[in-house]
Amino acid sequence: MAMNGEITRDNYKAYVFEKMPKSSHWKNMIWAFLIGGTICAIGQGFIFLYSIWFSTQDASVLASATLVFIAAMLTGFGVYDKIGRFAGAGSTIPITGFSNAVVSPALEFRAEGYIYGVGAKMFLVAGPVIVNGVTVSVIIALLTLLFGG
Amino acid sequence: MEYYKKRTLSFSNVYVTEGYTVAGPKENDGRYKGFFDFALEDDMFAQNTFERAERKMFEHAIEGAIAKANLDEREVDAVIAGDLLNQIVSASFAAKKNHAGFLGIYNACATFVESLIIGSSMLNNGLEHVVCAAGSHFSTAERQYRYPLELGVLRSPVTQWTATGVGATVLSNRAECTLPRITRATLGRVVDYGVMDTNNMGAAMAPSACDTLVTYFRDTQTQPNDYDVIYTGDLGKLGSDILMDLTDQEGYDVSEKLHDCGASLYWDEQQTYQGGSGAACSALVFNSVLLGRMRRGEYKRILLAGTGALMSPTTSFQGDSIPAITHLVEVCI
Amino acid sequence: MDMFLMFVKAFVIGGAICLIGQIIINFTHLTNGKILVLFLVIGAVLEAFGWYGKLVKFAGAGASVPISGFGYALVHGAVQAAKQDGVYGALSGGLAACAMGVSIAIVSGYIVAVLFHPHTKKN
Repeated sequence: MAMNGEITRDNYKAYVFEKMPKSSHWKNMIWAFLIGGTICAIGQGFIFLYSIWFSTQDASVLASATLVFIAAMLTGFGVYDKIGRFAGAGSTIPITGFSNAVVSPALEFRAEGYIYGVGAKMFLVAGPVIVNGVTVSVIIALLTLLFGG
Repeated sequence: MEYYKKRTLSFSNVYVTEGYTVAGPKENDGRYKGFFDFALEDDMFAQNTFERAERKMFEHAIEGAIAKANLDEREVDAVIAGDLLNQIVSASFAAKKNHAGFLGIYNACATFVESLIIGSSMLNNGLEHVVCAAGSHFSTAERQYRYPLELGVLRSPVTQWTATGVGATVLSNRAECTLPRITRATLGRVVDYGVMDTNNMGAAMAPSACDTLVTYFRDTQTQPNDYDVIYTGDLGKLGSDILMDLTDQEGYDVSEKLHDCGASLYWDEQQTYQGGSGAACSALVFNSVLLGRMRRGEYKRILLAGTGALMSPTTSFQGDSIPAITHLVEVCI
Repeated sequence: MDMFLMFVKAFVIGGAICLIGQIIINFTHLTNGKILVLFLVIGAVLEAFGWYGKLVKFAGAGASVPISGFGYALVHGAVQAAKQDGVYGALSGGLAACAMGVSIAIVSGYIVAVLFHPHTKKN
């Protein structure tokens, strides 16, 4: 027994926590670093490419858009979830993870039609990002106006 | 632990005439490869949605069980079935094909054992043949309880894998005594030890499994060693470990006898972490492996305890912990 | 050489941000949606003080590609527009700066939903 003394309703959570197999933390973290870094480096490559024709600002936006499109296609081909299986945050946090979060419910709920399925469920996972992002940005901008930033 | 004697029922003349299983491709690659009556090559089952595939699996399993028992469809008095989807649509829609009365039931992954208990009670009240069925489908459950299939997520090491499959059992009250019989049952009660982590369902269900097992042993004055094996539904490896600790504390050592349908369904290489979960686990393992071994005389007396976690995504998002239930039947030959 | 250095910076900073995310996931079991929102808000708040922009200048895609860069872009756009057009800009600037990324995600989501079926998982 992992715990000394009686397991009761009160100490049950602590007992379970002690008993739980721990994730292979190091492996997860190394993969997250490598995959996350690689996605960003690829993004940097696109920035350099687009800088040939556009300003740095626009090139950066276009690079992100390109990554979003690529991730959407990888999601469609059923590849992105396999990367996510080992990359964890490495594939969730880059903008490609946002794309995956938009595309995967769209694909999943297509069976319910284009209005109530794709249309209504597309932002099932990524909706909170837009909602919170816009809210926070407006609040910060208004505060900047008020206090002269 | 307090207990109520009335939770344990006994049945006479309830025979397990036949069992029929439809298993998904991953399940048929697992430890019980070849035990199933019908294995899908593709879990779409030639349908255009996963929900329709699950429904077709139910239709196929119920029809298969009736045919295997050499019964005519019209001889069946009642179909008692349930699945994991909202409004138990898979079982109900599949029952459109049957002439028998239909009871749709839900106790999450304990649904199969619940259906056996209800079926046995009905046979003791004059019905002749009932079909009990339960099942689940990975791809429909994943969408309802977790994430879209194509979302890239790192699975926690305490997660289980929802099994794809449907198991159906024909129970009859007039049969030769050479068949396995359902002799006793203990009704589960809802137990909640405050586990919040929806990945860790084994830990949420283990206290309820302990409650039901200990109640059964006390009510019947039996010991774990009186049974050849004790199978739990889908506690997984961690949940089974916890159950052993908990029953040990109550003075019953089940470690020699305890197996888990979910934990034993897959090989470790199939990366399900804690093993299988879902209503399919106990339905698949009982109707293929356990029934077969009983008929060959390898097991004479077994316990099957179906374990179910009763949460929904709504209750989890609203911050409620996970209540669980465990129903148990004793099967003898 | 400058270009190579930029790749290295993007890789290291981008990787480090994801690494921090993974550490948080490992120890708190936060779900996908919560992690995304958390990093978005971190990026947004850092930019409120003008710090995230400096990181973007230093690491390029290493700072702009993670979702915190999305929060940065929203706030950066909103604040810039607010300085020019007042309240009107504060309300329109954020989404305008990110319109392309969001539109691409929506349109490609639609295209993918039309063209593909969800694949069941093997493990």
